[in-house]
Amino acid sequence: MSVDKNATGTVYERFQGGAEFQELRRRFRRFVFPMTAAFLSWYLLYVVLSGWARDFMGTELFGSINIALVFGLLQFVSTFAIAYWYARHAERRLDPVADELRAEIEAERAPAVEIAKDAT
Amino acid sequence: MSNETLSIILFCVFVAATLAITVWASRNTKTATDFYAGGRSFTGAQNGLAIGGDYMSAASFLGIAGLIALYGYDGFLYSIGFLVAWLVALLLVAELLRNSGRFTMADVLAFRMSPRPVRTAAGVSTIVVSIFYLLAQMVGAGALVSLLFGFTSDFAKGATIALVGVLMIVYVVFGGMKGTTWVQIVKAVLLMTGATLITLLVLGHSGFNLSSLMNDAADQSGKGGAFLEPGLRYATEDSGLSGKLDLISLGLALVLGTAGLPHILIRFYTVPTARDARKSVLWGIGIIGVFYLLTLVLGFGAAALVGSKEIAAANPAGNTAAPQLAERIGEIVFGEAGGTILLAVIAAVAFATILAVVAGLTLASSSSFSHDLYAHVFRKGKATERDEVRVARISAFVIGAVAIVLGIYAQRLNVAFLVALAFAVAASGNLPAILYSLFWKRFNTTGAVAAIYGGLGSAIFLVAFSPVVSGDDKALFTDTDFSWFPLSNPGIISIPFGFLCGFVGTLLSKEFNAAKYAEIEVRSLTGAGAEAATKD
Repeated sequence: MSVDKNATGTVYERFQGGAEFQELRRRFRRFVFPMTAAFLSWYLLYVVLSGWARDFMGTELFGSINIALVFGLLQFVSTFAIAYWYARHAERRLDPVADELRAEIEAERAPAVEIAKDAT
Repeated sequence: MSNETLSIILFCVFVAATLAITVWASRNTKTATDFYAGGRSFTGAQNGLAIGGDYMSAASFLGIAGLIALYGYDGFLYSIGFLVAWLVALLLVAELLRNSGRFTMADVLAFRMSPRPVRTAAGVSTIVVSIFYLLAQMVGAGALVSLLFGFTSDFAKGATIALVGVLMIVYVVFGGMKGTTWVQIVKAVLLMTGATLITLLVLGHSGFNLSSLMNDAADQSGKGGAFLEPGLRYATEDSGLSGKLDLISLGLALVLGTAGLPHILIRFYTVPTARDARKSVLWGIGIIGVFYLLTLVLGFGAAALVGSKEIAAANPAGNTAAPQLAERIGEIVFGEAGGTILLAVIAAVAFATILAVVAGLTLASSSSFSHDLYAHVFRKGKATERDEVRVARISAFVIGAVAIVLGIYAQRLNVAFLVALAFAVAASGNLPAILYSLFWKRFNTTGAVAAIYGGLGSAIFLVAFSPVVSGDDKALFTDTDFSWFPLSNPGIISIPFGFLCGFVGTLLSKEFNAAKYAEIEVRSLTGAGAEAATKD
């Protein structure tokens, strides 16, 4: 375990400074921040094109199916894909580390938990 | 038998079933965790269905199908914002909130802040957002009964609003979160079944050729190819730059508002772990995504088979497009009796839809009143669990009664803008406070209070002086004009303003609690110390 039990501060502060937690935090933020920026930009691009690029959006691709409809449907596809991608990332890269840390923290806090419960 | 009679029978069956669920739920609702969070014992799939039931309001089902039927493509634009928004909830909010909060949105905000000012702000914002949304749904219910049954008198509309209000009070007061969740699950299943059935019939009729269906819709609309392109409803050619900015503003509020809606946020507390919260959002995204694809077919199908003129004649906003389509496609496929039956089914589903949503809103606002304002602000955290649940039940009753009175009073007013305003307030006030709390170390009480009041205040202020309140023939007040803000949607200003208020407010104070920050950060990511499901 990478957490120094003799360090000062609360259990949470010690774990927060530990390498395992920092790795979990990094894995989480490195996925969700860029992904949020990406899907928000992709969505805003769609809204802006709907407002300013009518001719482009109205271009017919086949039959009466135009770029506007395909672009809209692609927003559905990207939403489903990102949701699936995140779920896979979380299961493989986040959950195992989170579970391990949770078990360690709760083992350390075990005697204190009952007291804390009474206080809230 | 007329479709009205059949519809009323079906609706009574739904009410009887949901009341039976409520009786069962009330026997299993003892603790505060039962009342506020359904004992945290729902599975991811169940909660995912309930999320769909909570989110797919009459505005989505009837409103978007109607928008597509009348304005073509632009209705679809609305549903895309409603769906993409769920990624914000999935990636940034759902799991962290489940891990660090207990019952309300304010639990997360107040975690490392001074509890009284933050809970007051969050409670006010929760109640304001929920009441706006609730009012729009109640007035919608009144309008729906006159459209579907031809009861046009104010008395019939008022009686419908009162009936909806009484049922939602019963669900929430007796059933708490357990009862409300099951009502939402039943509604989601009914709504998805009904919408899928009509969609399959419409697609079957057009030989499963979407292109030819859209072509027919464009021909029938009288607007030709423009019907299939953006621009008939939002950012129309003659609305100029302000129309285009209004479209962006609406888009921002839709995509950022969902993850700040209190009645959505409390759904994440009803499952045992953060992993189940993630699963519920994944289920929710699947159900909601499929539903909006169905409404695309319903809207274009209504335009093609019923015709925009006939739809607009029944209701200028197109709110009866889906029921009218159900009747028409039923007649085409099964003959006259088929039309009657399908219309009755869809009308009953529409009422079930409204009931499930208003129950969720009432629960969110009464939970926040009791847990945030009563227990933590008035009683300074010294209220017992029994007291809290009692006060939550009383406040559900009072909020429901207020909503009935306001709904009856507002039935002649055009309050449809309140849904968009609820999303704008949620995106401008609640979302900045939630995101800063979870991700910004330096964030503090002053920042949280500034973000909520700044976002809430600026959104309401701008809408008060916008064309939806005065100065337009479709405004709330048509006989006066005090508008100067050109956009109907405040989001483009109020959302950045809310984030800015939170930022500046934070810098004005030196408050920082390292131990509390460590606790919320470690807990939110690992789930350590998170409350488990209660056993029953």
